[in-house]
Amino acid sequence: MAVTLADELARQQRSISVAEFFEKNKHLLGFDSPTRGIITTVKEAVDNALDACEEAGVLPDIYVGILRCGQDVFRIIVEDNGPGIVPEQIPFVFGKLLYGSRFHQIRQSRGQQGIGISAAVLYAQLTTGLPTIVISRTGPALPAYRYLVQIDIQTNEPRIAGKEVVEWDRTHGTRVQIEFKSTIAAKKKLLEYLKYTSVVNPHARIRVEIDGETFLFERVSDEAITCPKAIKPHPHGIEIGQLMRMIAASSSPCDEFLVSNFSRIGKKTAIEICQSAGLSPRSPVMSLSPQDQKNLLAAMQNARVPAPPTQTCLSPIGEELITRSLEKEFQMDFVKARTRPGSVYSGHPFLVEAAIGYGGKLSPDGNATILRFANRVPLMYQQGACAITACIAGITWKNYNIAQSGLPLGPVLILVHVASTNVPFTSESKDAIAGIPEIEREITLVLQELGRELKTYLSQRDKNRLAEDRARAVCAIIPDIASKVAEIVEMPVPDTSLIEGRIMRRIVVKKVTRDGRVRIEVRNHTGTRGAISLYDISPDAGRDAVPPPAIVTEVEGEYTKMWQLEVAPGEMWAAEYGGSGGGTVQVRGVSPENVAVVDLDAE
Amino acid sequence: MQNDTLEKKAYERLISIAMQWYRQMEEGTIPSITLPTRTKQNIAYDDESEVWKLGDRESVRSAHTAKSALHLLKMSYVIWFLKTQLRENRSSTLRELYYISEGWKKAKFSAQDESNYLIEDLEILTDLQREAFHLRPEEDGATIFGPLRLKEMTRRGERVIHCQEDVGEAGYQIPSNVENIEFLEHDASCVIAIETGGMFARLIENGFDEEYNAILVHLKGQPARSTRRMLHRISDEFHLPVYVFTDGDPWSYRIYASVAYGAIKSAHMSELLATPRAQFIGVQPSDIRDYNLPADALTEKDIAALQSELSDPRFASDYWKEQISLQLSLGLKSEQQAFAARGLDFVTREYLPRRLSDMGLVIRS
Repeated sequence: MAVTLADELARQQRSISVAEFFEKNKHLLGFDSPTRGIITTVKEAVDNALDACEEAGVLPDIYVGILRCGQDVFRIIVEDNGPGIVPEQIPFVFGKLLYGSRFHQIRQSRGQQGIGISAAVLYAQLTTGLPTIVISRTGPALPAYRYLVQIDIQTNEPRIAGKEVVEWDRTHGTRVQIEFKSTIAAKKKLLEYLKYTSVVNPHARIRVEIDGETFLFERVSDEAITCPKAIKPHPHGIEIGQLMRMIAASSSPCDEFLVSNFSRIGKKTAIEICQSAGLSPRSPVMSLSPQDQKNLLAAMQNARVPAPPTQTCLSPIGEELITRSLEKEFQMDFVKARTRPGSVYSGHPFLVEAAIGYGGKLSPDGNATILRFANRVPLMYQQGACAITACIAGITWKNYNIAQSGLPLGPVLILVHVASTNVPFTSESKDAIAGIPEIEREITLVLQELGRELKTYLSQRDKNRLAEDRARAVCAIIPDIASKVAEIVEMPVPDTSLIEGRIMRRIVVKKVTRDGRVRIEVRNHTGTRGAISLYDISPDAGRDAVPPPAIVTEVEGEYTKMWQLEVAPGEMWAAEYGGSGGGTVQVRGVSPENVAVVDLDAE
Repeated sequence: MQNDTLEKKAYERLISIAMQWYRQMEEGTIPSITLPTRTKQNIAYDDESEVWKLGDRESVRSAHTAKSALHLLKMSYVIWFLKTQLRENRSSTLRELYYISEGWKKAKFSAQDESNYLIEDLEILTDLQREAFHLRPEEDGATIFGPLRLKEMTRRGERVIHCQEDVGEAGYQIPSNVENIEFLEHDASCVIAIETGGMFARLIENGFDEEYNAILVHLKGQPARSTRRMLHRISDEFHLPVYVFTDGDPWSYRIYASVAYGAIKSAHMSELLATPRAQFIGVQPSDIRDYNLPADALTEKDIAALQSELSDPRFASDYWKEQISLQLSLGLKSEQQAFAARGLDFVTREYLPRRLSDMGLVIRS
């Protein structure tokens, strides 16, 4: 018999191992370049560490080490204080793709598919041939195990290159050490990733060592977050394949199957669903024909059932913690955060939280800083393809007094966190969130809410600026006009404190330096007696000050001189000392809108 | 001497501004000044003087914000400086004034535009020209060539000059203070003000001034105040018609407008500077069409400028509306030297005689 082409082809046709597939498609997992590989590896390991700590209810203490051990070979170490992994499981967790505990659970978690870290193991194997070293300990009474793990690329099964009991100073936790070819060209981005991770995981402490340099991202909260609880699938959030698998595994009658396997379905609803699908509620679910199964799915999707519970399966960071961690990592003048109530898309619970920051050390030029997060994981790539970015660009920021050119411009920081049992990513590398209308709506709403808050802040700030501007004009420039004009008309300098009092109606504090003498004047233009604490912070020690300050403290050559004084309405108080001026003057004891501080030496 | 009373006036008026602020501060009010606003929206045609002057809109500058306070502080420094300069009988240029402000700390000018503008403010407030404060522009005056005899009071004595016979090919240079000139006699039938040096030289080379008894004035682009004052005085004192010959583009029409109607920046002294009887020769947009002149396409800026002129009250005549609309539809502009495409003599033999007689000039040669 002649060999046909089909026979020829048939000889070449064989199954492809997942491991083989990913070897060829590294970009799908975030290993498209050596620079990116390092970030992806750290990200996957840190995600796992945080997830594990969360499950164990401990405050994460994570160490990330990146060490150059050859021209272009780097050793990456990630260590956590999580619950550890039982020895028998270690090879599977690290040496088998698509092996995980969270894939089948419906709750918010960082990793899910069980690809991430094993992909890094695979990448190491491909670039350096070295096995990954894992140390794990599950409790103080148990020994720590050290495994050398690789992946069999043909079979996608773990290969154990070594295994021993070792001494380890942690009582529980996991340490993974991976070596692969890379560069640390993306160091800035890596630190950015860790900084952002720390922002959305305020309970975590992350220590970092890159090539000898150390960084610390300290926790701002000492409360371990409650691990989100898994929920049953919602009748609206299921597809035919999953339903068929569930049916095959069940021996219950239809109604019981529905009640026990899905959330939000009671006895009554179950019977209604069966009836609208044309099925008998009592017939065993296993006996349903493929057509019946399709009808059942349609009936489930049309059933009027409440949205799935969002409280337990999602873990929002919360407004207060977002604000606190943003304040820690970015020094800004304004921060506001909002957590929206939970919502649902296609049966999947989700919620959106966001924050807006303004001013401070943010760069005043260029686009706003955008921080995107999904399930507490920073999204570092493909900003342009993400629904969060599209929503931000879709808002008319000019309404909130923010310049815009596509994205908002100026010293603005926007943080958006989408938490869901099933975050809809645009691709497996999990870089961008897909444009789901329900999610987009929530993002837009929360940003609009925050935009209004920002506008209020900005207009208040402008008002204060106007007041400061006026104070400068009246207290610093008009006296100069007075003396120049007096020179022209050849008459004595007019007293401008009259204008000052009439316009200011405040307590005015002036600091001026002339010929090596610093003079601070306090004039009370209000109708009431003013008792204030005056802080003058400058490099001058003010030892000869008259009157002497109540307290003087020194920090790194900056002296804080504090006077306590009382000034009656219309009266003036003054202090003088030898020095070169500069620094700042602050007043406490009266509300800020009743005080104007003017440094006459400032240009 | 006449100059003495002018100086005295300047001195007194400057001090009275300072005095006003002094009184205000004594009473406990914030010092302020009131000035007419200098924008296109605030110039109005004055029937009596036939020029465009500043309108009634005024703005108050009061030292209640840091910016305005600083403006007043700078103004008091300038007044103080001018007072000293007048008393010591010294003079300075606008640029020198800008540099002198270097030592004024807070009151230092950030750019020369700012100090020039402030001087214009003082001109308005005192109703005097900056020359009365002994301030002069640094740029050279433009030049004149033609049958005109004048007497100039220079620092080194009086000079009598005939602007054809006593000067070189470059012509007589207009001094920055035209008030120092006395016009003696002329043998001219008209004055032609020309935008570019190339065309000015062409007319002299072709002997146009002699053949047509024309006084030629080189405007050197947007004319300096002294050039405009000179045209105003010749027209006024000798009752000679004045014609303006420029390129055919929106910027050149503005040159004509500032000669004839006054510039927005100096609208406060239009009566002294403008020559309302000045007529526009060209290059007209219709010349570009009728003579098929070599032309360039209008740029976006040109188009915007033309459109802005359509809303400028100085161009609100049927003639200008027609010409500007024609130019917008042609989409072209031409330089005055484009006439050279028809030979070097074309402009003096054909174009100018035809245009001038069209405009009613009786040519006697």
